[in-house]
Amino acid sequence: MIEVLDLEKSFSGQRVLHDVNAVFEPGKVNFIIGMSGSGKSVLTKCIVGLFEVDKGSVQYDGRDFTKMSRKERKEIRQEIGMLFQGSALFDSLTVAENVMFPLKMFSSMSTREMESRVAFCLKRVQLDGANHKYPSEISGGMQKRVGIARAISMQPKYLFCDEPNSGLDPQTSIVIDNLIREITIEYGITTVVVSHDMNSVIEIGDRINFVNQGTIWWKGGREDILKSNNEYLNNFVYASEFMKQVKKNLGQ
Amino acid sequence: MRLIYHTGRYFELIVNSFRRPEKFSVYWRQIVFEVDKIGVQSIGIVSLLSLFMGAVICIQTGANIDSGWIPTYTIGFTVRQTLILEFCPTIIPVIMAGKVGSNIASEIGTMRITEQIDALDIMGVNSAGYLILPKIVAAIFIFPFLVAISMFLGVGAGAVIGDLAGVVSYSDFEIGIQYDFRFFQVIYAMLKTVVFAFIITSVSSYHGYYTSGGALEVGKSSTQAVVYSIVLIMVMNLVITQLLLI
Repeated sequence: MIEVLDLEKSFSGQRVLHDVNAVFEPGKVNFIIGMSGSGKSVLTKCIVGLFEVDKGSVQYDGRDFTKMSRKERKEIRQEIGMLFQGSALFDSLTVAENVMFPLKMFSSMSTREMESRVAFCLKRVQLDGANHKYPSEISGGMQKRVGIARAISMQPKYLFCDEPNSGLDPQTSIVIDNLIREITIEYGITTVVVSHDMNSVIEIGDRINFVNQGTIWWKGGREDILKSNNEYLNNFVYASEFMKQVKKNLGQ
Repeated sequence: MRLIYHTGRYFELIVNSFRRPEKFSVYWRQIVFEVDKIGVQSIGIVSLLSLFMGAVICIQTGANIDSGWIPTYTIGFTVRQTLILEFCPTIIPVIMAGKVGSNIASEIGTMRITEQIDALDIMGVNSAGYLILPKIVAAIFIFPFLVAISMFLGVGAGAVIGDLAGVVSYSDFEIGIQYDFRFFQVIYAMLKTVVFAFIITSVSSYHGYYTSGGALEVGKSSTQAVVYSIVLIMVMNLVITQLLLI
Protein backbone atom coordinates (compact mmCIF):
# COMPACT_ATOMS: atom_id res chain seq x y z
CA MET A 1 0.00 0.00 0.00
CA ILE A 2 1.16 3.52 -0.78
CA GLU A 3 -0.10 6.41 1.32
CA VAL A 4 0.32 10.06 0.47
CA LEU A 5 -0.15 12.34 3.46
CA ASP A 6 -0.60 16.14 3.36
CA LEU A 7 1.78 16.45 0.44
CA GLU A 8 2.82 19.85 -0.85
CA LYS A 9 5.08 20.84 -3.72
CA SER A 10 5.98 24.23 -5.17
CA PHE A 11 8.21 25.34 -8.02
CA SER A 12 9.81 28.79 -7.83
CA GLY A 13 7.24 29.89 -5.30
CA GLN A 14 4.29 28.61 -7.35
CA ARG A 15 2.29 26.01 -5.45
CA VAL A 16 1.62 23.04 -7.73
CA LEU A 17 0.35 20.54 -5.15
CA HIS A 18 -1.22 21.13 -1.74
CA ASP A 19 -3.03 19.06 0.88
CA VAL A 20 -2.76 15.89 -1.19
CA ASN A 21 -3.98 12.83 0.68
CA ALA A 22 -4.42 9.53 -1.11
CA VAL A 23 -4.23 5.80 -0.51
CA PHE A 24 -3.21 3.38 -3.26
CA GLU A 25 -4.29 -0.14 -2.40
CA PRO A 26 -2.46 -3.37 -3.21
CA GLY A 27 -3.90 -5.76 -5.78
CA LYS A 28 -5.91 -2.89 -7.26
CA VAL A 29 -5.46 -0.59 -10.22
CA ASN A 30 -5.40 2.89 -8.69
CA PHE A 31 -5.88 5.75 -11.11
CA ILE A 32 -4.74 9.34 -10.89
CA ILE A 33 -6.74 11.30 -13.42
CA GLY A 34 -7.02 14.96 -14.18
CA MET A 35 -6.70 17.60 -16.84
CA SER A 36 -3.37 18.59 -18.35
CA GLY A 37 -1.55 20.87 -15.93
CA SER A 38 -3.61 19.74 -12.93
CA GLY A 39 -0.54 18.37 -11.16
CA LYS A 40 -0.96 14.60 -11.63
CA SER A 41 2.47 14.08 -13.20
CA VAL A 42 4.13 16.16 -10.48
CA LEU A 43 2.26 14.10 -7.88
CA THR A 44 3.52 10.86 -9.43
CA LYS A 45 7.08 12.18 -9.59
CA CYS A 46 6.83 13.15 -5.92
CA ILE A 47 5.57 9.67 -5.04
CA VAL A 48 8.44 7.90 -6.84
CA GLY A 49 10.99 10.38 -5.51
CA LEU A 50 11.97 12.11 -8.74
CA PHE A 51 10.90 15.35 -7.04
CA GLU A 52 11.55 16.14 -3.39
CA VAL A 53 8.36 17.10 -1.56
CA ASP A 54 8.17 20.41 0.34
CA LYS A 55 5.80 19.10 3.00
CA GLY A 56 4.00 15.88 3.88
CA SER A 57 5.08 12.30 3.37
CA VAL A 58 4.84 9.29 1.07
CA GLN A 59 4.63 5.94 2.86
CA TYR A 60 5.42 2.65 1.15
CA ASP A 61 3.82 0.02 3.40
CA GLY A 62 4.42 2.26 6.38
CA ARG A 63 7.98 3.19 5.37
CA ASP A 64 8.33 6.95 5.05
CA PHE A 65 10.02 7.41 1.67
CA THR A 66 10.45 11.17 2.12
CA LYS A 67 12.59 10.78 5.23
CA MET A 68 14.81 7.99 3.93
CA SER A 69 18.54 8.17 3.23
CA ARG A 70 19.84 7.72 -0.32
CA LYS A 71 20.71 4.07 0.44
CA GLU A 72 17.29 3.26 1.93
CA ARG A 73 15.57 4.88 -1.04
CA LYS A 74 17.64 2.78 -3.39
CA GLU A 75 16.32 -0.36 -1.68
CA ILE A 76 12.69 0.80 -2.01
CA ARG A 77 13.26 1.71 -5.64
CA GLN A 78 14.18 -1.87 -6.41
CA GLU A 79 10.62 -2.71 -5.38
CA ILE A 80 9.21 -0.17 -7.86
CA GLY A 81 8.52 -0.82 -11.53
CA MET A 82 7.58 1.99 -13.84
CA LEU A 83 6.10 2.18 -17.30
CA PHE A 84 6.78 5.55 -18.89
CA GLN A 85 4.65 7.52 -21.31
CA GLY A 86 7.25 7.18 -24.05
CA SER A 87 8.32 3.73 -22.80
CA ALA A 88 11.82 5.10 -21.95
CA LEU A 89 13.54 1.99 -23.26
CA PHE A 90 17.31 2.22 -23.63
CA ASP A 91 17.94 2.78 -27.35
CA SER A 92 21.34 1.09 -27.37
CA LEU A 93 20.03 -2.15 -25.85
CA THR A 94 17.92 -4.86 -27.45
CA VAL A 95 14.49 -5.79 -26.11
CA ALA A 96 15.96 -8.67 -24.09
CA GLU A 97 18.82 -6.51 -22.77
CA ASN A 98 16.34 -3.82 -21.71
CA VAL A 99 14.35 -6.34 -19.67
CA MET A 100 17.55 -7.85 -18.29
CA PHE A 101 19.02 -4.48 -17.29
CA PRO A 102 17.56 -4.24 -13.74
CA LEU A 103 18.44 -7.88 -13.13
CA LYS A 104 22.04 -7.29 -14.22
CA MET A 105 22.27 -4.26 -11.97
CA PHE A 106 20.72 -5.58 -8.80
CA SER A 107 20.19 -9.34 -8.78
CA SER A 108 22.69 -12.02 -7.95
CA MET A 109 21.24 -14.35 -10.61
CA SER A 110 23.44 -16.29 -12.99
CA THR A 111 23.27 -15.40 -16.70
CA ARG A 112 21.12 -18.47 -17.35
CA GLU A 113 18.69 -17.51 -14.58
CA MET A 114 18.49 -13.97 -15.92
CA GLU A 115 17.82 -15.22 -19.45
CA SER A 116 15.11 -17.48 -18.14
CA ARG A 117 13.51 -14.60 -16.20
CA VAL A 118 13.67 -12.34 -19.28
CA ALA A 119 12.05 -15.06 -21.41
CA PHE A 120 9.30 -15.43 -18.80
CA CYS A 121 8.62 -11.67 -18.63
CA LEU A 122 8.56 -11.29 -22.40
CA LYS A 123 6.25 -14.28 -22.73
CA ARG A 124 4.01 -12.75 -20.07
CA VAL A 125 3.55 -9.67 -22.25
CA GLN A 126 3.23 -11.82 -25.40
CA LEU A 127 6.50 -10.60 -26.88
CA ASP A 128 8.63 -13.72 -26.90
CA GLY A 129 9.72 -13.31 -30.54
CA ALA A 130 11.27 -9.85 -30.32
CA ASN A 131 14.26 -10.52 -28.04
CA HIS A 132 16.97 -9.35 -30.42
CA LYS A 133 15.20 -6.34 -31.85
CA TYR A 134 16.07 -2.79 -30.85
CA PRO A 135 13.36 -0.41 -29.52
CA SER A 136 13.46 1.56 -32.78
CA GLU A 137 12.58 -1.62 -34.70
CA ILE A 138 9.33 -2.34 -32.86
CA SER A 139 5.95 -0.57 -32.74
CA GLY A 140 4.74 1.78 -29.98
CA GLY A 141 2.47 -0.89 -28.53
CA MET A 142 5.31 -3.39 -28.45
CA GLN A 143 7.53 -0.82 -26.79
CA LYS A 144 4.92 -0.38 -24.05
CA ARG A 145 4.83 -4.14 -23.55
CA VAL A 146 8.64 -4.25 -23.31
CA GLY A 147 8.32 -1.43 -20.77
CA ILE A 148 5.90 -3.55 -18.74
CA ALA A 149 8.21 -6.57 -19.03
CA ARG A 150 11.13 -4.47 -17.76
CA ALA A 151 8.98 -3.05 -14.96
CA ILE A 152 7.99 -6.52 -13.71
CA SER A 153 11.39 -8.20 -14.21
CA MET A 154 12.42 -7.52 -10.60
CA GLN A 155 9.03 -8.70 -9.29
CA PRO A 156 8.05 -5.25 -7.99
CA LYS A 157 5.64 -4.56 -5.16
CA TYR A 158 4.62 -1.23 -6.70
CA LEU A 159 3.94 -0.51 -10.36
CA PHE A 160 3.58 3.00 -11.78
CA CYS A 161 2.24 3.59 -15.28
CA ASP A 162 2.46 7.07 -16.73
CA GLU A 163 -0.07 7.54 -19.55
CA PRO A 164 0.23 3.88 -20.65
CA ASN A 165 -2.10 4.37 -23.61
CA SER A 166 -0.80 7.60 -25.06
CA GLY A 167 -0.15 7.27 -28.78
CA LEU A 168 -1.77 3.85 -29.04
CA ASP A 169 -4.77 2.77 -31.06
CA PRO A 170 -7.92 1.71 -29.11
CA GLN A 171 -7.33 -2.01 -29.64
CA THR A 172 -3.71 -1.90 -28.47
CA SER A 173 -4.78 0.33 -25.56
CA ILE A 174 -7.16 -2.37 -24.38
CA VAL A 175 -4.38 -4.98 -24.64
CA ILE A 176 -2.10 -2.80 -22.49
CA ASP A 177 -4.91 -2.05 -20.03
CA ASN A 178 -5.75 -5.72 -19.63
CA LEU A 179 -2.10 -6.57 -19.18
CA ILE A 180 -1.77 -3.99 -16.40
CA ARG A 181 -4.86 -5.35 -14.69
CA GLU A 182 -3.82 -9.00 -15.01
CA ILE A 183 -0.34 -8.32 -13.66
CA THR A 184 -1.75 -6.29 -10.76
CA ILE A 185 -4.08 -9.09 -9.70
CA GLU A 186 -1.61 -11.90 -10.45
CA TYR A 187 1.21 -10.50 -8.32
CA GLY A 188 -0.86 -8.46 -5.84
CA ILE A 189 1.01 -5.32 -6.85
CA THR A 190 0.01 -1.81 -5.84
CA THR A 191 -0.53 -0.28 -9.25
CA VAL A 192 -0.82 3.46 -9.85
CA VAL A 193 -1.86 4.57 -13.32
CA VAL A 194 -1.66 8.20 -14.35
CA SER A 195 -3.99 8.86 -17.23
CA HIS A 196 -6.64 11.08 -18.74
CA ASP A 197 -8.01 8.29 -20.89
CA MET A 198 -11.53 7.68 -19.61
CA ASN A 199 -11.79 4.39 -21.53
CA SER A 200 -8.93 2.99 -19.44
CA VAL A 201 -10.46 4.30 -16.25
CA ILE A 202 -13.79 2.63 -16.97
CA GLU A 203 -12.06 -0.51 -18.28
CA ILE A 204 -9.65 -1.29 -15.43
CA GLY A 205 -9.83 1.41 -12.73
CA ASP A 206 -10.53 0.07 -9.25
CA ARG A 207 -9.84 3.22 -7.26
CA ILE A 208 -9.85 6.62 -8.92
CA ASN A 209 -8.29 9.86 -7.68
CA PHE A 210 -9.27 13.00 -9.57
CA VAL A 211 -6.64 15.72 -9.31
CA ASN A 212 -7.77 19.27 -9.86
CA GLN A 213 -6.07 22.58 -8.99
CA GLY A 214 -3.19 20.78 -7.31
CA THR A 215 -5.13 18.60 -4.92
CA ILE A 216 -7.24 15.43 -4.86
CA TRP A 217 -10.66 16.82 -5.71
CA TRP A 218 -12.56 13.57 -5.76
CA LYS A 219 -11.92 9.89 -5.05
CA GLY A 220 -14.01 6.81 -5.51
CA GLY A 221 -14.66 3.63 -7.48
CA ARG A 222 -15.31 3.01 -11.16
CA GLU A 223 -19.07 2.93 -10.69
CA ASP A 224 -19.14 6.08 -8.54
CA ILE A 225 -17.36 8.20 -11.12
CA LEU A 226 -20.25 7.98 -13.57
CA LYS A 227 -22.81 8.94 -10.93
CA SER A 228 -20.87 11.71 -9.25
CA ASN A 229 -22.36 15.18 -8.87
CA ASN A 230 -18.96 16.84 -8.67
CA GLU A 231 -19.00 19.58 -11.29
CA TYR A 232 -15.29 19.60 -12.12
CA LEU A 233 -15.21 15.82 -12.31
CA ASN A 234 -18.24 15.72 -14.57
CA ASN A 235 -16.73 18.36 -16.86
CA PHE A 236 -13.66 16.15 -17.14
CA VAL A 237 -15.39 12.78 -17.45
CA TYR A 238 -18.10 13.85 -19.85
CA ALA A 239 -15.96 16.05 -22.06
CA SER A 240 -16.27 13.79 -25.09
CA GLU A 241 -19.42 13.16 -27.13
CA PHE A 242 -19.02 9.44 -26.48
CA MET A 243 -19.08 9.93 -22.70
CA LYS A 244 -21.99 12.36 -23.00
CA GLN A 245 -23.87 9.57 -24.76
CA VAL A 246 -22.89 7.17 -21.96
CA LYS A 247 -24.31 9.66 -19.44
CA LYS A 248 -27.50 9.98 -21.44
CA ASN A 249 -27.91 6.20 -21.54
CA LEU A 250 -27.20 5.98 -17.82
CA GLY A 251 -29.92 8.56 -17.23
CA GLN A 252 -32.37 6.49 -19.21
CA MET B 1 25.13 34.25 -9.95
CA ARG B 2 24.53 31.93 -12.90
CA LEU B 3 28.21 31.04 -12.97
CA ILE B 4 28.13 30.08 -9.28
CA TYR B 5 24.91 28.10 -9.82
CA HIS B 6 26.32 26.14 -12.77
CA THR B 7 29.69 25.57 -11.08
CA GLY B 8 27.98 24.23 -7.96
CA ARG B 9 25.66 21.98 -9.95
CA TYR B 10 28.58 20.76 -12.07
CA PHE B 11 30.61 19.71 -9.03
CA GLU B 12 27.54 18.11 -7.43
CA LEU B 13 27.04 16.03 -10.58
CA ILE B 14 30.71 15.02 -10.66
CA VAL B 15 30.60 13.96 -6.99
CA ASN B 16 27.45 11.90 -7.73
CA SER B 17 29.18 10.33 -10.73
CA PHE B 18 32.00 9.09 -8.55
CA ARG B 19 29.77 7.32 -6.03
CA ARG B 20 30.28 3.61 -5.53
CA PRO B 21 28.93 1.72 -8.58
CA GLU B 22 25.99 -0.64 -8.08
CA LYS B 23 27.81 -3.43 -9.92
CA PHE B 24 31.44 -3.16 -11.02
CA SER B 25 31.06 -5.72 -13.82
CA VAL B 26 28.35 -3.63 -15.53
CA TYR B 27 30.43 -0.45 -15.21
CA TRP B 28 33.51 -2.28 -16.49
CA ARG B 29 31.64 -3.32 -19.64
CA GLN B 30 30.48 0.27 -20.08
CA ILE B 31 34.07 1.53 -19.78
CA VAL B 32 35.26 -0.90 -22.47
CA PHE B 33 32.35 0.18 -24.68
CA GLU B 34 33.22 3.87 -24.17
CA VAL B 35 36.93 3.28 -24.83
CA ASP B 36 35.91 1.92 -28.21
CA LYS B 37 33.40 4.69 -28.91
CA ILE B 38 35.44 7.64 -27.64
CA GLY B 39 38.95 6.44 -28.47
CA VAL B 40 39.21 3.67 -31.03
CA GLN B 41 36.62 5.25 -33.32
CA SER B 42 38.57 8.51 -33.23
CA ILE B 43 41.92 7.06 -34.35
CA GLY B 44 41.12 7.76 -38.00
CA ILE B 45 40.42 11.47 -37.67
CA VAL B 46 43.30 11.97 -35.19
CA SER B 47 45.73 10.21 -37.53
CA LEU B 48 44.61 12.15 -40.58
CA LEU B 49 44.88 15.51 -38.84
CA SER B 50 48.25 14.68 -37.31
CA LEU B 51 49.76 13.57 -40.63
CA PHE B 52 48.72 16.76 -42.40
CA MET B 53 49.58 19.09 -39.52
CA GLY B 54 53.04 17.53 -39.10
CA ALA B 55 53.71 17.92 -42.81
CA VAL B 56 52.39 21.49 -42.96
CA ILE B 57 54.32 22.63 -39.87
CA CYS B 58 57.48 21.21 -41.42
CA ILE B 59 57.00 23.01 -44.75
CA GLN B 60 55.96 26.29 -43.10
CA THR B 61 58.96 26.26 -40.76
CA GLY B 62 61.26 25.53 -43.68
CA ALA B 63 59.70 28.34 -45.71
CA ASN B 64 60.19 30.82 -42.87
CA ILE B 65 63.83 30.05 -42.19
CA ASP B 66 65.68 32.31 -44.61
CA SER B 67 68.90 32.88 -42.76
CA GLY B 68 71.80 30.59 -43.57
CA TRP B 69 72.92 31.03 -39.97
CA ILE B 70 70.05 28.91 -38.74
CA PRO B 71 70.82 25.19 -39.13
CA THR B 72 68.22 23.18 -41.08
CA TYR B 73 67.82 20.71 -38.24
CA THR B 74 65.92 23.57 -36.53
CA ILE B 75 62.98 22.50 -38.71
CA GLY B 76 62.88 19.07 -37.08
CA PHE B 77 63.28 20.67 -33.66
CA THR B 78 60.42 23.12 -34.32
CA VAL B 79 58.11 20.41 -35.65
CA ARG B 80 58.77 18.27 -32.58
CA GLN B 81 58.29 21.12 -30.13
CA THR B 82 55.13 22.37 -31.82
CA LEU B 83 53.57 18.95 -31.95
CA ILE B 84 54.56 17.72 -28.49
CA LEU B 85 53.94 20.94 -26.61
CA GLU B 86 50.83 22.28 -28.27
CA PHE B 87 49.29 20.64 -31.30
CA CYS B 88 48.94 17.07 -30.04
CA PRO B 89 47.98 17.67 -26.39
CA THR B 90 45.80 20.77 -26.99
CA ILE B 91 44.52 21.00 -30.55
CA ILE B 92 43.70 17.28 -30.77
CA PRO B 93 41.55 17.51 -27.59
CA VAL B 94 39.88 20.65 -29.01
CA ILE B 95 38.95 18.62 -32.09
CA MET B 96 37.85 15.76 -29.84
CA ALA B 97 35.66 18.23 -27.91
CA GLY B 98 33.84 18.80 -31.17
CA LYS B 99 33.56 15.14 -32.06
CA VAL B 100 33.18 13.39 -28.70
CA GLY B 101 31.77 16.28 -26.63
CA SER B 102 28.83 16.95 -28.90
CA ASN B 103 28.15 13.21 -29.12
CA ILE B 104 28.13 12.81 -25.32
CA ALA B 105 25.91 15.86 -24.74
CA SER B 106 23.38 14.87 -27.38
CA GLU B 107 23.33 11.22 -26.26
CA ILE B 108 22.74 12.05 -22.59
CA GLY B 109 20.44 14.95 -23.49
CA THR B 110 18.25 12.68 -25.59
CA MET B 111 18.18 10.16 -22.75
CA ARG B 112 17.01 12.95 -20.46
CA ILE B 113 14.16 14.19 -22.65
CA THR B 114 12.98 10.65 -23.44
CA GLU B 115 12.82 9.85 -19.69
CA GLN B 116 15.53 7.17 -19.92
CA ILE B 117 17.45 8.90 -17.11
CA ASP B 118 14.28 8.97 -14.99
CA ALA B 119 13.90 5.25 -15.71
CA LEU B 120 17.43 4.63 -14.37
CA ASP B 121 16.75 6.74 -11.25
CA ILE B 122 13.48 4.98 -10.50
CA MET B 123 15.15 1.58 -10.84
CA GLY B 124 17.58 2.72 -8.14
CA VAL B 125 20.53 3.08 -10.51
CA ASN B 126 22.78 6.08 -9.92
CA SER B 127 22.15 7.58 -13.37
CA ALA B 128 25.01 10.07 -13.11
CA GLY B 129 27.44 7.31 -12.19
CA TYR B 130 26.22 4.85 -14.79
CA LEU B 131 26.20 7.37 -17.64
CA ILE B 132 29.09 9.68 -16.83
CA LEU B 133 31.75 7.78 -14.87
CA PRO B 134 32.52 5.24 -17.65
CA LYS B 135 32.91 8.09 -20.14
CA ILE B 136 35.33 9.99 -17.89
CA VAL B 137 37.40 6.90 -17.07
CA ALA B 138 37.48 5.78 -20.72
CA ALA B 139 38.56 9.22 -21.97
CA ILE B 140 41.25 9.61 -19.31
CA PHE B 141 42.58 6.19 -20.27
CA ILE B 142 42.42 6.46 -24.07
CA PHE B 143 43.24 10.13 -24.77
CA PRO B 144 46.97 9.77 -23.92
CA PHE B 145 47.20 6.91 -26.44
CA LEU B 146 45.51 9.05 -29.10
CA VAL B 147 47.90 11.91 -28.37
CA ALA B 148 50.90 9.56 -28.49
CA ILE B 149 49.73 8.27 -31.88
CA SER B 150 49.28 11.86 -33.00
CA MET B 151 52.82 12.78 -31.89
CA PHE B 152 54.44 9.86 -33.75
CA LEU B 153 52.42 10.37 -36.93
CA GLY B 154 52.89 14.14 -36.94
CA VAL B 155 56.65 13.97 -36.51
CA GLY B 156 56.85 11.09 -38.99
CA ALA B 157 54.85 13.00 -41.59
CA GLY B 158 57.06 16.05 -41.06
CA ALA B 159 60.18 13.95 -41.68
CA VAL B 160 58.82 12.27 -44.80
CA ILE B 161 57.24 15.35 -46.40
CA GLY B 162 60.22 17.57 -45.44
CA ASP B 163 62.54 15.18 -47.24
CA LEU B 164 60.27 14.67 -50.27
CA ALA B 165 59.64 18.41 -50.64
CA GLY B 166 63.35 19.19 -50.33
CA VAL B 167 62.80 21.33 -47.23
CA VAL B 168 65.04 19.35 -44.92
CA SER B 169 66.87 16.09 -45.35
CA TYR B 170 65.76 13.15 -43.29
CA SER B 171 69.10 13.02 -41.42
CA ASP B 172 68.92 16.73 -40.50
CA PHE B 173 65.32 16.34 -39.41
CA GLU B 174 66.38 13.40 -37.21
CA ILE B 175 69.07 15.51 -35.56
CA GLY B 176 66.44 18.20 -34.95
CA ILE B 177 63.93 15.95 -33.29
CA GLN B 178 66.65 14.59 -30.97
CA TYR B 179 68.11 18.01 -30.18
CA ASP B 180 67.61 19.13 -26.56
CA PHE B 181 64.90 16.53 -26.03
CA ARG B 182 63.43 16.69 -22.54
CA PHE B 183 61.18 13.83 -21.52
CA PHE B 184 59.43 16.09 -19.03
CA GLN B 185 57.78 17.84 -21.96
CA VAL B 186 56.08 14.58 -22.93
CA ILE B 187 54.90 14.17 -19.33
CA TYR B 188 53.61 17.76 -19.43
CA ALA B 189 51.77 16.99 -22.68
CA MET B 190 50.22 13.81 -21.28
CA LEU B 191 49.18 15.58 -18.09
CA LYS B 192 47.44 18.25 -20.15
CA THR B 193 45.76 15.56 -22.20
CA VAL B 194 44.37 13.83 -19.11
CA VAL B 195 43.01 17.13 -17.74
CA PHE B 196 41.43 17.96 -21.10
CA ALA B 197 39.92 14.47 -21.37
CA PHE B 198 38.26 15.05 -17.99
CA ILE B 199 37.03 18.49 -19.04
CA ILE B 200 35.55 17.29 -22.35
CA THR B 201 33.68 14.32 -20.90
CA SER B 202 32.49 15.94 -17.67
CA VAL B 203 31.43 19.29 -19.17
CA SER B 204 29.65 17.59 -22.08
CA SER B 205 27.94 15.16 -19.71
CA TYR B 206 26.85 18.07 -17.51
CA HIS B 207 25.22 19.87 -20.42
CA GLY B 208 23.51 16.68 -21.59
CA TYR B 209 22.38 15.62 -18.13
CA TYR B 210 20.58 18.87 -17.38
CA THR B 211 18.91 19.20 -20.77
CA SER B 212 15.22 19.98 -20.55
CA GLY B 213 12.70 20.42 -23.32
CA GLY B 214 12.94 18.84 -26.74
CA ALA B 215 15.12 18.35 -29.78
CA LEU B 216 15.97 22.05 -29.96
CA GLU B 217 17.36 22.01 -26.42
CA VAL B 218 19.39 18.86 -27.14
CA GLY B 219 21.03 20.71 -30.04
CA LYS B 220 21.64 23.73 -27.80
CA SER B 221 23.19 21.53 -25.09
CA SER B 222 25.42 19.93 -27.66
CA THR B 223 26.68 23.31 -28.88
CA GLN B 224 27.16 24.60 -25.34
CA ALA B 225 29.08 21.44 -24.43
CA VAL B 226 31.57 22.03 -27.25
CA VAL B 227 31.92 25.77 -26.61
CA TYR B 228 32.40 25.48 -22.83
CA SER B 229 34.76 22.50 -23.22
CA ILE B 230 36.98 24.45 -25.62
CA VAL B 231 36.96 27.57 -23.44
CA LEU B 232 37.89 25.52 -20.37
CA ILE B 233 40.59 23.67 -22.32
CA MET B 234 42.13 27.01 -23.29
CA VAL B 235 42.01 28.35 -19.73
CA MET B 236 43.47 25.16 -18.24
CA ASN B 237 46.10 25.07 -20.97
CA LEU B 238 47.35 28.43 -19.79
CA VAL B 239 47.19 27.45 -16.12
CA ILE B 240 49.01 24.13 -16.58
CA THR B 241 51.65 25.67 -18.86
CA GLN B 242 52.29 28.47 -16.37
CA LEU B 243 52.56 25.99 -13.51
CA LEU B 244 54.69 23.33 -15.19
CA LEU B 245 56.85 25.04 -17.80
CA ILE B 246 57.81 28.36 -16.20
